[in-house]
Amino acid sequence: MVLRPPATLDLPAAAALWRPMLGAVAERRVTIDASGVTKLDSAGAVLLLEAAGGSELRPPQDAKAAATLERMRLALAAAPPPKPALQPHWVSRIGMAVLNGIGGLGRRVSFLGEVTLGTLAMLARPWRMRRVEVLRHLAEAGTAAFGLCALLGTLFGVILAFQSSIPMRQYGAEIFIPNLVGISLLRELGGLMAAIILAGRSGSAYAAELATMKVNDEIDALATMGVDPLAWLVLPRILATILVMPVLALVVTLSGLVGMGFVMATLGYPPPAVLSQLRQYLQVGDMVGGLFKAACFGLAIGLIGCRSGLKAGGGPRAVGDAATGAVVASIVATVVLDGIFAVLFFRLGW
Amino acid sequence: MAEAASIIQAEGIGIRFGSRSIFNDVSFEVRRGEIFVILGGSGCGKSTLLKILIGLLPPTSGRALVLGEELARLRGQKRRDALARIGVMWQQGALLGSLNLMQNVALPMEQHTQLPPAARDALARAKLGLVGLGDAATRLPAEISGGMLKRAGIARAMALDPEILFLDEPSAGLDPITSAGLDALIMTLSRETGTTFVVVTHELQSILAIGDRCIMLDKEAGGMIATGKPKELRDHSDNPTVRAFFRREVMRA
Repeated sequence: MVLRPPATLDLPAAAALWRPMLGAVAERRVTIDASGVTKLDSAGAVLLLEAAGGSELRPPQDAKAAATLERMRLALAAAPPPKPALQPHWVSRIGMAVLNGIGGLGRRVSFLGEVTLGTLAMLARPWRMRRVEVLRHLAEAGTAAFGLCALLGTLFGVILAFQSSIPMRQYGAEIFIPNLVGISLLRELGGLMAAIILAGRSGSAYAAELATMKVNDEIDALATMGVDPLAWLVLPRILATILVMPVLALVVTLSGLVGMGFVMATLGYPPPAVLSQLRQYLQVGDMVGGLFKAACFGLAIGLIGCRSGLKAGGGPRAVGDAATGAVVASIVATVVLDGIFAVLFFRLGW
Repeated sequence: MAEAASIIQAEGIGIRFGSRSIFNDVSFEVRRGEIFVILGGSGCGKSTLLKILIGLLPPTSGRALVLGEELARLRGQKRRDALARIGVMWQQGALLGSLNLMQNVALPMEQHTQLPPAARDALARAKLGLVGLGDAATRLPAEISGGMLKRAGIARAMALDPEILFLDEPSAGLDPITSAGLDALIMTLSRETGTTFVVVTHELQSILAIGDRCIMLDKEAGGMIATGKPKELRDHSDNPTVRAFFRREVMRA
């Protein structure tokens, strides 16, 4: 059987003929007679060559079309189809995952060690800390986040109070809503909410900023100038997150209590009654424990954000990947830390 | 021999950003099949002129006709059809980092043609083979060198057999050997495919090696200061800036 493509075998014609022509050559042995082709572009040439495979191909008589066919033949010969990537055996995949996990853990511990050593060195010579940078990060991570924390804290307090009022009303126990909301916010939720806000706002920003600097070789430039990137870039950020987190947690907690007070007022309980309940039930230790946890969350978020940025790879996706990784890891670390603290405080009888 | 028909006409093009004028009254023609070079020192507006030609930036004055159309004014299907007839290689390759080289080259085919996926892959491989990257089809842009990025950028720009290829600083940042290899590739493609090349560059060796004709822009003059064949400009230009540029001399104030 002889297949004779049309005289004009350009891109639209190749698109239309691709499936029928390759289907025909797959079914039986054919000869492709392209001697009548006078207009051939690269798509048409690739179609002829792919269809020819092991079949006979009579080239175009037109000199220009023949030259195009020959050029594309050489180009295709230089570009063999890529071999499908071999999937490793599932046992190997598990092994690689375990090794990667151990390696990743090792690198995290190593980074923590570097930061600890850097902090000790900084404590020995505190004048080397860039106070301007610390103040800038305090303002960006803290002051600029106050409004958002106050808004979300208030709404959170309103939601908590409303939701808990529904079952408590059945037992006439609405007066205990301040106890429930107050202890939740002070010991757990204030710090958690603030941590999520800090991770989303500042942790991602740290990762993106440092990853951009890494991609632009700014980190290497600092190192070659004899400036320790850890002291210059990482410690001010971590110090800022540690200092700012308890304040943000306090803002979320107080705003939440205000929101709860508003709901209680709508339920007929005046502010003095609510305050009296809070004073009777809450202790200074609850607040101190909550704020201590918040500072630890701040340390984790600062560490994770900076490490995500500094370990960023190359290419345009590096910055986005670093920011995403920082937010996800920060939130996971915060919840894990909170769980550890819950067990620890329970054991300590706090 | 009769001169080839012009494929690009720039008529009195000027551009300003706010109160800052980049250049004024730039006029030239590009003939079908030639390698036309836009040259000049840093900051003279070469890349801005390229963006005007390909329709990304409307000029403040004058007009640029590419294949008979003002690309900046075209909309909808007419614009898509016109864009399918040109290809652009950006200074850093501008390949999409999440796609491998073959997928990058196949992207314009996916947008502009009805080719089935297997056909797109085969054609993309062939285009990569044309620029000497046949064995790198499955590699990501982050995994290849600067010279390979530029070659892959050319392969993507050639995906649809465009009538005009615009190249922005193809030799910038490359070592002399890689740069010479890229020049040779441009000349081979020009000779074999008949594609018209518009090359923006300030690399002297490239200009002299590949350019059929050129224009020179100058920041101080605020526009075009010379037009002609590169070697003639080098040897016979009366303009001191042109002479200094070609002889790599420092201009005295």
